[in-house]
Amino acid sequence: MTASAEYTDYTTGEPVADTKAPKGPINERWDTRRFEARLVNPANRRKHTVIVVGTGLAGGSAGATLAEQGYHVVQFCYQDSPRRAHSIAAQGGINAAKNYRNDGDSVHRLFYDTVKGGDFRARESNVHRLAQISVEIIDQCVAQGVPFAREYGGLLDTRSFGGVQVSRTFYARGQTGQQLLLGAYQALSRQIAAGNVEMHPRTEMLDLIVVDGRARGIVARDLVTGKIDTYFADAVVLASGGYGNVFYLSTNAMNSNATAIWRAHRRGAYFANPCFTQIHPTCIPRTGDHQSKLTLMSESLRNDGRIWVPKAKGDNRPPNEIPEDERDYYLERIYPSFGNLVPRDIASRAAKNVCDEGRGVGPGGQGVYLDFADAIRRMGRKKVEEKYGNLFEMYERITAENPYEVPMRIYPAVHYTMGGLWVDYDLQTTVPGLFAVGEANFSDHGANRLGASALMQGLADGYFVLPATINDYLARNPHQDPVTTDHPAVREVLAETEDRLDLLLSVDGDRTPDSFHREVGELMWEFCGMARTDSGLRKALERIPQIREEFWRRIKVPGTGEEFNQSLEKANRVVDYLELAELMCLDALHRTESCGGHFREESQTSDGEAARRDDEFAYAAAWEFTGTGEAPTLHKEDLVFEYVHPTQRSYA
Amino acid sequence: MKLTLRVWRQKNADAEGAMSTYEVDGISPDMSFLEMLDTLNEELILKGEDPVAFDHDCREGICGACSLVIDGDAHGPERTTTCQLHMRSFRDGDTIDIEPWRASAFPVIKDLVVDRSAFDRIIQAGGYITAPTGSAPEAHATPVPKADADSAFEHAECIGCGACVAACPNGAAMLFTSAKINHLNVLPQGAPERESRVLNMVAQMDEEGFGGCTLTGECATACPKGIPLVSITSMNKEWLRATRKSARS
Repeated sequence: MTASAEYTDYTTGEPVADTKAPKGPINERWDTRRFEARLVNPANRRKHTVIVVGTGLAGGSAGATLAEQGYHVVQFCYQDSPRRAHSIAAQGGINAAKNYRNDGDSVHRLFYDTVKGGDFRARESNVHRLAQISVEIIDQCVAQGVPFAREYGGLLDTRSFGGVQVSRTFYARGQTGQQLLLGAYQALSRQIAAGNVEMHPRTEMLDLIVVDGRARGIVARDLVTGKIDTYFADAVVLASGGYGNVFYLSTNAMNSNATAIWRAHRRGAYFANPCFTQIHPTCIPRTGDHQSKLTLMSESLRNDGRIWVPKAKGDNRPPNEIPEDERDYYLERIYPSFGNLVPRDIASRAAKNVCDEGRGVGPGGQGVYLDFADAIRRMGRKKVEEKYGNLFEMYERITAENPYEVPMRIYPAVHYTMGGLWVDYDLQTTVPGLFAVGEANFSDHGANRLGASALMQGLADGYFVLPATINDYLARNPHQDPVTTDHPAVREVLAETEDRLDLLLSVDGDRTPDSFHREVGELMWEFCGMARTDSGLRKALERIPQIREEFWRRIKVPGTGEEFNQSLEKANRVVDYLELAELMCLDALHRTESCGGHFREESQTSDGEAARRDDEFAYAAAWEFTGTGEAPTLHKEDLVFEYVHPTQRSYA
Repeated sequence: MKLTLRVWRQKNADAEGAMSTYEVDGISPDMSFLEMLDTLNEELILKGEDPVAFDHDCREGICGACSLVIDGDAHGPERTTTCQLHMRSFRDGDTIDIEPWRASAFPVIKDLVVDRSAFDRIIQAGGYITAPTGSAPEAHATPVPKADADSAFEHAECIGCGACVAACPNGAAMLFTSAKINHLNVLPQGAPERESRVLNMVAQMDEEGFGGCTLTGECATACPKGIPLVSITSMNKEWLRATRKSARS
């Protein structure tokens, strides 16, 4: 595990290109692709097995839809039930270009807003398709019984989200993710009952099986018995979510992890834009070292809440005693046309800046106010309660402060990862037969995701895109040789997995898995968080291999591998964080421009905004794994903008 | 804060379980209950002991994974999920009993972790609307009166944690089952499967070995999402209606 060369001395390989998106007018590409994609005869579909890893919005909807089409689906989740995937925690809403408000929205505007919001680092064809499909998603979910908020006339209600000037976000109070996920879960449940989906809850994917260059299965561990097994298929779909938990503290679920995508990366799938991380501006600030995770307060709160800090440094008066003219509503001041609804990356950085100036509020000065006093005066407490009641309740539960009476305190936190496995227009990775959907791929959000677009992308991928494109792969590979456990490639992956877990159990050191996770997480937050510098990233890149070395010397995992062992699960996930963290830093180091959520202090405009450098960096960075601690190979996918011309984003 | 914890320890499904006593110190009132258990577990690991196994994931009160009986109450003294319970609800020097959900339909897997797959099978029996992908009509084709939509939402809030079962002296799953039936049956989209849904889900619920309902109301009191007790009455009405209808046909 020693590096043969400096990790920062990466090599640049052949460019990578999407070969699947058809040419021609952008609004016809998806239709054309669907027409050109080969189909599998319905009678032949049941002969194909597809593995789906994960049961969130992308995985749940993909599993259900593939099974409806007649494929045999074998699906996995680490949770005790597919209903608990972390999509369930998404609060605010889902975007769709329905234009029910007649406020000037259209597919093209949603496409434009998303490309611009992503700071021109996403692929136009994919984003346009996403905007087209958005309208079908709402129809699909309503048909499933998703109880979206409605107006008195019985029609669907919408609200506004950051980075846009139309009202296109459909919602179910502050629990939109829950309701959409339950819709997908119920559709999946119907297919489980029909025998079309073989569901394996409490089972975690530990590696990918590649035979003759194609993805043919996975190695997974039954988390109850500890048994490690192999599962084979004609194609594998990863819907395992993002990797925000590298940072230790994030809004991700405690067990959300990067193992499935990282192991796929090690087996040949390129990892694109790993440094593109979304820091969400409105989370509840941490209270102490015991903090195990952070809680998001929905972006929808920025519709009616006003963000401010005291004008004077070190003003310790309680917020209600600070007079109006001594408050700085800094987002409204700096960005008058979007005000409190600027995109997330901009709102987060602005919060960091005022805190760095010494004007932050609350313990340690790591917070800003999100104030509802005006909203309560304007529309009454009852209306505020109706719109945001459950969020206010959650805030009070965690902080013991009543947000109807004192302003909320919020601070940015890691929330979402735009980077992920590189996929082409068909959502296929660089390993044939391996697909990635939802947050696990890199495809649609560029360098910054707009609010209420994650749910849209997860469901677009799972309900509509993948089920159309995977046909083409299966139709072109109709008779793959059966794989069995005695195939050398299978034996090798299985043995590697068993060895890794045995090693974790045998070190018997003096540090817990959590202590290492926390250490690497804090390092990442400091050097690869909201602001990044050349020297900071180099420091992190020097430190990570040392932590890794120490990990394998000092890790302590109690118990055995043949039982329910949560420490072993955790330790194995940390192994992968310790490698992924390194790639994230390298990616951040090599991209010497700022764009979206990736802010390099060396590259900013005179007024402190992210300065992109399109001449050098208008590409997606797809990294190829060459060995642990070995310098990876960079493959660039040039981004061509035919419809939305890159400009300096302006929300002023 | 310094606390004494009495925790149910059980090596696996077949092993005998028993309460074990632990002391924890330096607990901050701002910690969540699960962060307090994290603290205990970090100490146990370093001592070479087996940490306490418990289910948890989102820690935001929405995934429904966490499931502890604390001092005899499902999810503890506040009306919330265990993950949203904070140590400020306890006092320095307290002794706290921590047990798993107790119900014959939820067998213990290890320590505080139970098997709730029976809930999944109840949903599989009919807790859905048959709407294959791609077949949906335009969303505004069927307006839904706001009152119905709100009522559906109120029931759809169920997080499937199982506190209702754990709190019920009979170990009944009526509140869970009725929440899903009321969510779907009130909507026009759910109408075509209205009868089969209630009949099949109730039959599956019985098959899973949940107890009968004697309307003690403990379920609704424990429910962290406030699913109302009247939900059960509505389900019973739906069931009667469906039974009569199927008898007639």
